[in-house]
Amino acid sequence: MLLIHCPYCEEERPELEFRHAGEAHIARPENIAEIADEAFQRYFFIRANPKGVTFERWRHIHGCGRFFNAARDTVSDRFLMTYRVGEPKPDLRKIDRK
Amino acid sequence: MAEIARRMSALEGRAYEGPGIALTPDPPASRLSLRAPEASLSALSKALGLTLPDKPKTAAADGSRAALWLGPDEWLVIDEECADLAALCASVSALHSAVDISHRNTAILVTGERAEDVLGAGCPQDLSPTRFPVGAASRTVFGKAEIVLWRIGEEAFRIECWRSFSDYVFSLLEKAAREA
Repeated sequence: MLLIHCPYCEEERPELEFRHAGEAHIARPENIAEIADEAFQRYFFIRANPKGVTFERWRHIHGCGRFFNAARDTVSDRFLMTYRVGEPKPDLRKIDRK
Repeated sequence: MAEIARRMSALEGRAYEGPGIALTPDPPASRLSLRAPEASLSALSKALGLTLPDKPKTAAADGSRAALWLGPDEWLVIDEECADLAALCASVSALHSAVDISHRNTAILVTGERAEDVLGAGCPQDLSPTRFPVGAASRTVFGKAEIVLWRIGEEAFRIECWRSFSDYVFSLLEKAAREA
């Protein structure tokens, strides 16, 4: 079983307590009624889906209930780091990719 | 002939005792789902008569009353003497949400030297005393049901689960307990 570090519980917890919640750091356009359909489509539907490091929202739904962000490698399924909501996207070069 | 309605608990009549393990439904208690920001904690702690814990996976207990940390702004308050906890919080003007969930939850006591093993049949957390010491409390899962687990002694745990899940939780515990 995967162990995921919850930044609010401040420890590793089994994956069964968590739920995936989509890609992280997607900013909702502030003028959403004015933007073109293509721009809305890019914001609403298009996701990066990279091979390698991805940034995702996760929720500790059967624990503290909090949403947080995680950097995960989609190739190795390894969680590189997790951090609290509102914290800036971490610098990839500084993440240990072992 | 007068008919008298009698309140039945969800696990009425259920209990199991085997070598090194006992499963006991706990008598009714009053419970509160409490949500509050940090600024309200001292006023709420005063009203409830115990300090709300602010560290993850901890609980504060005083006599028949206990507060379990569930999240950064969420606590489960239990009073085994069925005190009206919501009324105690009603006098607090600081921002908070206090919802009485006394009848939503029911409790099962898991005691004995095999308590850790039996819980391990359905709970994925590390329950060894170094990671889950006496007094630790956490929301987690047991099989397919969400529970709140509280270690009340070296060999004693209290499970808080929704009463509609309690039949499932108790049956799974009993099945695990029968497997020596």
